[in-house]
Amino acid sequence: MNGKRSIFLFSMTCFGIAFLYIPMILLVIYSFNKSRIVPVWGGFSTRWYGVLFESEEVWAAVSLSLKIATVNATFAMLLGTLAGLALVRFGSFKGRTLFSGMISAPLVMPEVITGLSLLLLFITLNEFIGWPSARGFTTITIAHITFSMAYVAVIIQSRLTGVAQDLEEAAQDLGAKPLRVLVDITLPLLAPGMLAGWLLAFTLSLDDLIIASFVSGPGAVTLPMLIYSRIRLGLRPDINALATIIILIVAIGVLVAAWIMFRQQKQRELELKMSEES
Amino acid sequence: MNEVAPTATAQAKLLHRLSHLLQHNWRSLILFIPFFWLLLFFLAPFFLVLKISVAETIIASPPFTPMIEWVDEGIMHIKIVIDNYAYLWEDDLYVNTYLNSVKISTISTILCLLIGYPMAYAIVRSSHTTKHVLLMLVILPFWTSFLLRVYAWMGLLADQGTINDLLISLGLIDEPIRMLYTEFAVYVGIVYTYVPFMILPLYANMEKLDWTLLEAAADLGAKPMATFFTVTLPMTMPGVIAGGLLVFIPATGEYVIPDLLGGGNVLMIGRVLYNEFNSNIDWPVASAVAIALLLLLVLPMMLYQHIQGKETENQ
Repeated sequence: MNGKRSIFLFSMTCFGIAFLYIPMILLVIYSFNKSRIVPVWGGFSTRWYGVLFESEEVWAAVSLSLKIATVNATFAMLLGTLAGLALVRFGSFKGRTLFSGMISAPLVMPEVITGLSLLLLFITLNEFIGWPSARGFTTITIAHITFSMAYVAVIIQSRLTGVAQDLEEAAQDLGAKPLRVLVDITLPLLAPGMLAGWLLAFTLSLDDLIIASFVSGPGAVTLPMLIYSRIRLGLRPDINALATIIILIVAIGVLVAAWIMFRQQKQRELELKMSEES
Repeated sequence: MNEVAPTATAQAKLLHRLSHLLQHNWRSLILFIPFFWLLLFFLAPFFLVLKISVAETIIASPPFTPMIEWVDEGIMHIKIVIDNYAYLWEDDLYVNTYLNSVKISTISTILCLLIGYPMAYAIVRSSHTTKHVLLMLVILPFWTSFLLRVYAWMGLLADQGTINDLLISLGLIDEPIRMLYTEFAVYVGIVYTYVPFMILPLYANMEKLDWTLLEAAADLGAKPMATFFTVTLPMTMPGVIAGGLLVFIPATGEYVIPDLLGGGNVLMIGRVLYNEFNSNIDWPVASAVAIALLLLLVLPMMLYQHIQGKETENQ
């Protein structure tokens, strides 16, 4: 009976992984297709990479998206860390329920609603105080910060409840003032969580199409907006080339991160062994 | 010299005061910044949508009537129109779209569960190294572009696409089966992009479980099926609910997947909202659609927050 079950589990896992990866592998294969019609193989060629790199539109969209993602990630990291700190360490304060509701709602809010509501806000603000006079980089960045900071706050919250507490209490017992504990103990311990939050916010921003489409104005086209406008009309081999490059960058990034984590773990095990021996 | 000294002391005093203020009120300061940001960019826009949803559509800029009008001196006139909601209710298009969205996201959630549950189970029960490799494989698609993963299916499902090619060359079919721009394609797209959202909460839940209970059940003579339904499934229910909500909520408001894979044939509420706003420029109706969508999702969203809150408490 047990054998039957493990065969079932094994085949389900293989099926699941194949389901997740075969479409992406095909995307990569067809990026090297000579033919203009994506699913019809016409021989090996790298011409679509040339087409992609020569397009000024693509470069402009990449640079806008990277700029937005960087500014967004930095602000979202700061705001999300402050929010996480307030929620875990400040006990009960006035408006706590409202605050925790507002910080976690963007996690589950449908993107169309977030996009629509922010656009209406920007239009109304422009009418009353004359800002923002044009929509584009600033409005997209603000919109992205608003939902990315929620993700950072979640990471910070779980780190604060996990590791930091004992050391903070120790510092407090030794007479450190709360602000000193925060600066000298809590923040350094939070650094890895903040970095993870930064990376997540960066990726979320690069991936967003809906919210950016709502709050963007004429002339500001992010990379997802550009991809979307092209694939709506059908399959495009240059988009396959772009997808291949993105998949490659992500795969390298994830492998490097996994390798660093693996080494850190080895290091820790080694230190533990040495301390046991001595 | 005498003139400089007082300014210097004043400066020092100011600095001292400032640091004093910072030292005693840093908590409020830490709280104030994100709080203010969310009030301005999350809560205020939401009330704005609510406000515009009860306005009338007019051809002007902005294309809706103001809610508060000042009639003569100091007499305030509040105007609330529920026509937009009545319009949604009476028009079959909106009601059908609404129901269709719920149907598609419910079935997709069940399909995600059927695929995700055995996978999460297998990951938890596998050896240390395999576990990490499998988890990485599940998480990796998260970091690649959502849009491009949907695009990948356009190539697979098209009339001249990979699947039809394969089936024809195998001699199983003569004519290509129409798959792209059908409801089937929307299901495939949703399940494909959201299945990791199902696997991860299930995995997180299963990893904390006491698996000796299963052995105990087996020792006491329970059949595997009985063990599954009386022990495993109830124990993993929090994970099932969390994962289910993480799929159901975003899938209901989905825009990209029905647009790219469903073409014009599949009506979903997120897509109707987007088109109402961008093509028809009917802001009040778009806002009413947004509020209606939110009403549909508010219960699942609150349930999810409740579960998450419990999770944090348990930690």
